[in-house]
Amino acid sequence: MAEVESQPDELGHWGIYGGRYVPETLMAPLEELTAAYQAARVDAAFAAELAALLQNFAGRPTPLSFAARLTDHSRGARIYLKREDLLHTGAHKINNTLGQVLLARRMGKRRVIAETGAGQHGVATATVCALFGLDCVVYMGAEDMRRQALNVFRMQLLGAEVRAVDAGSRTLKDAINEALRDWVTNVADTYYLLGSALGPHPYPVMVRDFQTVIGLEARAQIVEREGRLPDVLVACVGGGSNSIGLFHPFLGDDKVRMVGVEAGGRGNELGQHAARFNQTGGGRPGVLQGTMSYVLQDANGQIANTHSISAGLDYASIGPEHASLHDSGRVEYTSVSDAEALKAFQLLAKLEGIIPALESAHAVAHAIKLAAELTPDEIVLVNLSGRGDKDVNTVQESLESKT
Amino acid sequence: MGRIETAFSQSHKEGKPGFIPFITAGDPDLATTTELLVELGNSGATVIELGVPFSDPMADGPVIQRASERALRHGFGLSEVLACAAAARARIATPIVLFSYFNPLLQYGVEKLASDAARAGVDGVLVTDLIPEEAVQFAATLKSHNLDMILLVAPTSTDARLQLIATHASGFVYAVSRAGVTGARENLSEQAELLVKRVRQFSSLPVAVGFGISKAEQVAATLRYADAAVVGSALVAQIEMRAGAPNLVPEIGKFARSLIPAGVQTR
Repeated sequence: MAEVESQPDELGHWGIYGGRYVPETLMAPLEELTAAYQAARVDAAFAAELAALLQNFAGRPTPLSFAARLTDHSRGARIYLKREDLLHTGAHKINNTLGQVLLARRMGKRRVIAETGAGQHGVATATVCALFGLDCVVYMGAEDMRRQALNVFRMQLLGAEVRAVDAGSRTLKDAINEALRDWVTNVADTYYLLGSALGPHPYPVMVRDFQTVIGLEARAQIVEREGRLPDVLVACVGGGSNSIGLFHPFLGDDKVRMVGVEAGGRGNELGQHAARFNQTGGGRPGVLQGTMSYVLQDANGQIANTHSISAGLDYASIGPEHASLHDSGRVEYTSVSDAEALKAFQLLAKLEGIIPALESAHAVAHAIKLAAELTPDEIVLVNLSGRGDKDVNTVQESLESKT
Repeated sequence: MGRIETAFSQSHKEGKPGFIPFITAGDPDLATTTELLVELGNSGATVIELGVPFSDPMADGPVIQRASERALRHGFGLSEVLACAAAARARIATPIVLFSYFNPLLQYGVEKLASDAARAGVDGVLVTDLIPEEAVQFAATLKSHNLDMILLVAPTSTDARLQLIATHASGFVYAVSRAGVTGARENLSEQAELLVKRVRQFSSLPVAVGFGISKAEQVAATLRYADAAVVGSALVAQIEMRAGAPNLVPEIGKFARSLIPAGVQTR
């Protein structure tokens, strides 16, 4: 396998991106976390315990499915789906929460806090806390709690306390602010289990490492099935953990194209989408919630509101490694609208018998477009990061409002 | 010695208590902010902290969060905040420190910020989410415009970090009294005193203590070991309560003076 590129410096910088932009109170806990993670990542016992949990609890390895009817529909490249939707709790999020909960236990922390948007990371965190008997508090925007009432109940069944966040736009960004406020107040006994490749160092690199299992498996599976590497990888990008998990093990393979798909929402104006890399109405480098990356913001540096039909992509910034991969051109980024994602959601259900998460439907929508431009000799590998059970109500409402 | 350190040594010499009020720019509006700066300067403030409102104040409690929201509804930028400071500077000599999250400063442009702030008569800048490791360029730019870089220390800061911070700080060191966000507390922790003692091993700068101080007796207790007490949320809560009242400015001045212990010698 090619040398893995894109390692950050000691303080978590990829060029100007990443780093630690936090109140001083959090510096000692971040240094403690970094040291604990560095020790864990070279500890064979830690790796073995995580591998066993991924296999026996989460359900890894996940299959790589050839999407025959979707391929026929696209009349182009052969489309494969990496089936993270089949994992326990319904999305790739469990890969990261299992890794981090082992770390929390290793550090002797008895209380775990997390933020959640749609509730997938909250459910995955509540699940691993139940598994290890740890106290769990999940912060969730009040608006998201209303939209995802079922996931709130799910977390409560798993023994977590869900705290409503009434500040700002009452969505993911506000939940992260509140989780950070909790952490800064309870640093001594609390582990902050951040859900995406975001935030201050070491989170972006640590979450990525726990998610690279996606790319490592997919790489071995496609080589076994097709005798070669794929031509294009496609994944949706909210904070960016499922995409970086798929992409990272292929970064050294120059011939493999990679496309990150952002939420195009309802249009190009600021506030109507979450496409940080858009040429018009997109973001520019800035600092939000502990890291430097592309940020959707106004002229005064105030963070913009965002919109996406998919709560998991609805965030004003993006993981710092993506910012670096964007600037270097190694990964291409594009966006898909709410309407296109909805169409892909329905299409995948009808053609493949798979109901994808709305987040993942963004990746599927772009893969269909892309496959049509390629030849049947070529292979497109899509990360199906989660299943769509949680989105059935949203989709129903959205389809009914149109008729 | 910059104006901030001079102000500290001057108050010390005169036996005046070190008192640092915080207000959010634009709360309730920019014109009132200028009047409040002047009033606080005339009410015995050693230094005044002028908060730059930000949409995502992750280190602040509910009182200052609400103040930021109120201020942001006016839709102004950093130029207007600096104009407030400049208007106050024409009328008071009290040092003014900008208190901000990093992003609004970064988007304004660090060089432009430093030069415009210096021209407006601002004396120092404190950035809540900027640690010395990330502040190399920022520090150099402030220094070239003779602005102090105020840094925070926290009870969680290790000795190695205190040393690093002492190397880069100027003006004064801001000691966070406890792990947590801004906001009033009934009881102050004993951590603050220990932290101030630790800071003094590494720095000869004045040390101010903030977070949680809301009453005159807490100010007095803090001044037994620190050079100044910072009062933010308690003052901002008064502004919130009295917003729209015709006597808002003098009432805030009265409240500020009620917090300052009479004739207490700092340390």
